[in-house]
Amino acid sequence: MTGTIMGAADISRALTRIAHEIVERNDGAADVVLMGIPTRGLPIAHRLASRIADIEPGYDAEHACGALDITMYRDDLFKNPTRTIGTTSVPDAGIDDAVVVLVDDVFHTGRTIRAALDAIRDLGRPRAVQLAALVDRGHRELPIRADFVGKNIPTARSERVDVRLEEIDGEDAVILRKGE
Amino acid sequence: MRHLLSTKDLTRDDAILILDTAAQMAATQDREVRKLPTLRGKTVVNLFFEDSTRTRISFEAAAKRLSADVINFSAKGSSVSKGESLKDTALTLQAMGADAVVVRHWASGAAYQLAHGGWLHGSVLNAGDGTHQHPTQSLLDAFTIRKHLVTDPTGNDLTGLTVAIVGDVLHSRVARSNVHLLHTLGAKVVLVAPATLVPVGVEPWPCDVVHTLDEAIETYDIDALMMLRVQRERMTGGGSAFFPSPAEYTRLFGLDGDRLRRLPDHAIVMHPGPMNRGLEISAEAADSPRSVIVEQVANGVAVRMAALYLLLAGEEGAQ
Repeated sequence: MTGTIMGAADISRALTRIAHEIVERNDGAADVVLMGIPTRGLPIAHRLASRIADIEPGYDAEHACGALDITMYRDDLFKNPTRTIGTTSVPDAGIDDAVVVLVDDVFHTGRTIRAALDAIRDLGRPRAVQLAALVDRGHRELPIRADFVGKNIPTARSERVDVRLEEIDGEDAVILRKGE
Repeated sequence: MRHLLSTKDLTRDDAILILDTAAQMAATQDREVRKLPTLRGKTVVNLFFEDSTRTRISFEAAAKRLSADVINFSAKGSSVSKGESLKDTALTLQAMGADAVVVRHWASGAAYQLAHGGWLHGSVLNAGDGTHQHPTQSLLDAFTIRKHLVTDPTGNDLTGLTVAIVGDVLHSRVARSNVHLLHTLGAKVVLVAPATLVPVGVEPWPCDVVHTLDEAIETYDIDALMMLRVQRERMTGGGSAFFPSPAEYTRLFGLDGDRLRRLPDHAIVMHPGPMNRGLEISAEAADSPRSVIVEQVANGVAVRMAALYLLLAGEEGAQ
């Protein structure tokens, strides 16, 4: 099956559910820090934060989001053209003893998350690290699993999953494409 | 990019990529854990044919922060003092598996020869060759200027800024590197030096030349003032002197508190080090809040991390 798998309404509902699950799992959201993995994990993290703030009125969505660039922790740096390094930003309060939720758009081989775990280790010592992804397309290459998933999409390895977001692409959609 | 030999070869986009990458590297240096795993398994050789402390330790720190292995090779007390040629030294380093060679040499063009002699597979970073180029120094100068004087530094160049470079331009690879890089980045460059310390053939360089510091301060709206080291060894009288006396040099080209106060309020003072306090710069100027000299050293590590990352990460043979 190819074509648009999720529309704007589906994405919105999935993120609302994930926000509820994060609050439920952590008995509130007091210590929850959302670290978005650029590029598209970042706006998703911000959306999740504002939804959590709707559920938990005391939650400071502005100061609970960060960005985690994993370029320098990748295991394929010497197999691809040189990558530009992105910005990493941590909330002012830091991540020590916080519950860090890594946020990415597509959860695939697990290698990005492996790199993210290494990057987190250099930034501090959270109480726990959890993973939220809008789409889980399978094909794990490492023993890593997600805690919160928007939608499981069975794919062939050759297929491509494109997540498009209003903030970056001007529309919300998840599109599955045939590989070359 | 495969080598970093001269700022003349850098396009505006190359230079901005290096500066932006350096900004991200600098951000990692405020963390509790400053070491990154990025260049694990790569070997960087510091090949120094000339004495240098700060450049060598800066490169060494940069490579180590990126988890590369560092081998220091200094010409003194090595095979070079027994008469080994540059080629044989390069072949030795190649055999040891050097992924990058950082070279400082007293001869202009040595880095180019090392990069293009066909002796090495790795990248060559010029850490100063004779009176020719010292690209990482000028990149760290540009990084420091951009950080202080450009409101939204990321992705932007130095358009609209005026940088004065004061002192021994003739012998200075720092000045040569800076003239080209700052021009590429859109800044206006003014060289301030006695006529004896301006190189022959300066006319085609993309910069203005004036002959006293007071004239420069009056004529231009200087945003950054870069003082060069007076190379004392060249000042002893006789036929080889370039100016009559140190006192006269200080009077015409030295930066003191009075001249500092006549600069615009936002202007910064820079020096590549090591400084001769009391000669080209007074203690008052060197220690003033507008001096960014110590910060230049910290920025040097970030810029060298960026250069090593951009040369060494990425597919082998992709260039």
